[in-house]
Amino acid sequence: MTLTYDDVVAKYEPVLGLEVHVELNTHSKMFCSCSTIFGAEPNTQTCPVCLALPGALPTVNEKAIESTIKIGLALNCSIAPFSRFARKNYFYPDMPKNFQISQYDEPICVNGYVDVEIETDEGPQTFRIEVERVHMEEDTGKSLHVGGATGRIHGAEYSLLDYNRAGIPLVEIVTKIVPGTGKYAPEVARAYVAELRDILRSLGVSDVKMEQGSLRCDANVSLRLIGSDVLGTRSETKNVNSLRSVERAVRGEMIRHAELLNNGERVVQETRHFQEDTGLTRSGRSKEQAEDYRYFPEPDLVPVAPDAAWIETLRASLPERPSIHRKRLQEQWSVPDKEMSAMINADVLDVVEATVALGADPAKARGWWLGEISRISNEKDVAIKELGISAADVAEIVALVNAGELTDKLARQVVEGVIAGEGKPAEVIAARGIKVVNDDSELMAAIERACAAQPETAQKVRDGHVPAAGALIGAIMKETKGQADAARVRELLLGHLGQGSN
Amino acid sequence: MIRNSASEMASKLASGEITSVELTQAHLDRIQAVDTDVHAFLYVDTEGALTQAAAVDAKRKSGEKLSPLAGVPLALKDVMTQKGIPTTCGSKILEGWRPPYDSTVVTNLKKNDIVILGKTNMDEFAMGSSTENSAYGPTHNPWDLTRIPGGSGGGSAASLAAFEAPLAIGTDTGGSIRQPAAVTGTVGVKPTYGGVSRFGLVAFSSSLDQAGPCARTVLDAALLHEAIAGHDPKDSTSINAPVPAVVAAAKSGDVKGMKIGVVKELNGDGYQPGVRKRFEESLELLAAAGAEIVEVSAPNFEYALAAYYLIAPSECSSNLARFDAMRYGLRVGDSDGASAESVMNLTREVGFGREVKRRIILGTYALSSGYYDAYYGSAQKVRTLITQDFNKAFEIADVLVSPTCPTTAFKIGEKANDPLAMYLNDIATIPVNMAGIGGMSLPSGVADEDGLPVGFQIMSPVMKDERMYSVGASLEAALLSKWGAPLLSKIPALAGGQ
Repeated sequence: MTLTYDDVVAKYEPVLGLEVHVELNTHSKMFCSCSTIFGAEPNTQTCPVCLALPGALPTVNEKAIESTIKIGLALNCSIAPFSRFARKNYFYPDMPKNFQISQYDEPICVNGYVDVEIETDEGPQTFRIEVERVHMEEDTGKSLHVGGATGRIHGAEYSLLDYNRAGIPLVEIVTKIVPGTGKYAPEVARAYVAELRDILRSLGVSDVKMEQGSLRCDANVSLRLIGSDVLGTRSETKNVNSLRSVERAVRGEMIRHAELLNNGERVVQETRHFQEDTGLTRSGRSKEQAEDYRYFPEPDLVPVAPDAAWIETLRASLPERPSIHRKRLQEQWSVPDKEMSAMINADVLDVVEATVALGADPAKARGWWLGEISRISNEKDVAIKELGISAADVAEIVALVNAGELTDKLARQVVEGVIAGEGKPAEVIAARGIKVVNDDSELMAAIERACAAQPETAQKVRDGHVPAAGALIGAIMKETKGQADAARVRELLLGHLGQGSN
Repeated sequence: MIRNSASEMASKLASGEITSVELTQAHLDRIQAVDTDVHAFLYVDTEGALTQAAAVDAKRKSGEKLSPLAGVPLALKDVMTQKGIPTTCGSKILEGWRPPYDSTVVTNLKKNDIVILGKTNMDEFAMGSSTENSAYGPTHNPWDLTRIPGGSGGGSAASLAAFEAPLAIGTDTGGSIRQPAAVTGTVGVKPTYGGVSRFGLVAFSSSLDQAGPCARTVLDAALLHEAIAGHDPKDSTSINAPVPAVVAAAKSGDVKGMKIGVVKELNGDGYQPGVRKRFEESLELLAAAGAEIVEVSAPNFEYALAAYYLIAPSECSSNLARFDAMRYGLRVGDSDGASAESVMNLTREVGFGREVKRRIILGTYALSSGYYDAYYGSAQKVRTLITQDFNKAFEIADVLVSPTCPTTAFKIGEKANDPLAMYLNDIATIPVNMAGIGGMSLPSGVADEDGLPVGFQIMSPVMKDERMYSVGASLEAALLSKWGAPLLSKIPALAGGQ
């Protein structure tokens, strides 16, 4: 029988550990000048250094150091005055040198924290996630194992290697163990990764696209009996490629561990791979016999010793922390909590902000992005930001509505046109011939025609049955191709039929 | 013509007495004549060298201002990459590999219009002291073809002694430039670590490797030193400072008032009598030239060899991991169904020689968790102690001196099965690499008992390389006036030679 999540958290306390890998968005690789652009033809972005040709030497990308220090500062870390690169030695075909240049016992940033807020049964609650270290390393190449059942190297017929990714700067952010989250562990894990993503985005140091792998999370989960202070055996789940998956992976592992423990079985210390379709994990590499990476200081690189004044310059240049920024926006815009959460979950806060910055009313801006545009995004199954409509477009549309040049209904047509690729709002309006009919005499003529066409309905209204006016208004709007202001039509119609406002 | 020094050749080129094509051809002819016996070269780039020589001649004819060594030929140790030219490092595992890029040293040579004749033999991946570890057969010492020319840069040193080239590039991790220079009666310099770029030097031990000049005179070495040295942004460990004024120092050769420290621990028991005699004699000549001879002690040098044989193998075990048959070089066992792992294993089994494997195993062990602190960690501490010994000694003396090697050249095969005896050859050269300072070996005569060359080592502080050139030039001049002719004029004629 399967345990319910409530059964699990009634008996066990989860302990988390999260390792996040972030690809920096530097133009060149960590240790050479090759381009880092995603999606190029395989092996076109390579050179003697990142292919590890004999004699080639690495040199450090200064921009990557700067980005890493910014990340460390934003995560409240201390920046080491002296840190070193180290070699992590192991053989694998997608790692050209058969060692990875990483940082080991002397990372560049240590001892930080991130506060995350989640909704609990008792209202919003803040959890502090302590960051043990932030360090730099290089990414490996990509292998594609062809043939064989599992897509793994063992049993594959042959493997294809692409070294374009080899040497892309990676920053690894490792938390200390995170106890005390209880049943909220999955939500806390998700909120932590989301907060990290927002911080990294605000710093402008990474594309933070989980689906493209520029932000990857490995979730370590273990369980212990509530009240115990002995850590249980952990599993490490890799390939968690979305915020939702982080939450699902943690919850899934908690249940899997609890089932094993309840059956008197042992949790195996291993790497597991998250399966997006089932939400379950499958066993990967066993870590029972700890691999010996034979770390030693990288002799080809001099230590990193950032100047204290430079660190202070970087600290002073940090943007507002996303959580504080959000609070400030919420106050400025007077948005209820629920609406704020909706914007955050739909990932539209930044575009709403941009739209407001271009003069739109916050409520209107929010309405468009959360309403019509979100609806189209769901319908087309395309991310909002990939739809092709910009904050400037929405701001322009809002302004036109305010000026009475568009009705809400017409504005929706304009939005649809922009998304359909028909051009900027003005171009869509011109091409589709959209205009508000606000000439009362023209409207009156249409009203008279409608009443003549539906005399019985008109009579009902005259007799005081106002709701019947809907059918007439519909006909008028249809005749004017939706270009009339429905409110004005209603006003004129009711006046015409002797039911003017009183 | 080929027996001249490089600077003499350079003057004749500058005056138009000879052309670079003639000079290059003369060396190619000499290689053709004697290299079957010496085996200094692994690859001779006849066409490339002549093309380069013709281009220099054309530039000179057009009146272009040329660098001091323009048009002079050079032999390149096979551990440096040169675009399009086979680079094997003396190993089967790189057989057939042609690098798509030039090492910075080669870029600098080309910039100075120095003509590259070809690639010289070496112990596999620079691991050895006799060039017997080359996968392509040993190099023979031109003084006695049954003897070793030193190593790892035996090919470069032998090419100079055999007049196959007037200049050569070597690399020195524990003595691979200086020990071959000593046993072949030539000059070899290991510059300060970081003085010459390592970009394109196929790494043996990254923290110890240093490329440097090999020549037949101190001035020639200085001219080549200035041509190849200087800051290189492609090498993180390259020193960003002006190149020491080594040519000026070699030209003046003034030691008046200089304090020369004799390292107590690098002389005495274990050093061949003839080696010690030549060393003492050289000290007297330097004193006569106005230097003050003092004794210094470096108590931690006794641990240098042991520490070296932990650090160098550790780094090599990691540096050589890239030779995995995936991207270049040898590939063995790539048949249907073979896994990547088995191809890597087989290729490394077949492609690496015994000494290389021995060091990979040693290094892998020394870096393993649980052993790291005891081995690699302790060795790094010894390294710090050696550096401190040098620092203290340099407070007393401007340069330090010792015999370069305990013995003269031994017979090929004599120590091939005794790695420890082989390792002891480098006892006096290794401390220099451990501290990253400069070291030079120049000939101080032949040992009375065997008539074979003896080397005199001069060590100078970090980025004070000019000091060893001053002392070297002074001693060289004193010896020359004593002998009446350069030491190499005493070398027996080679069968194929003129």
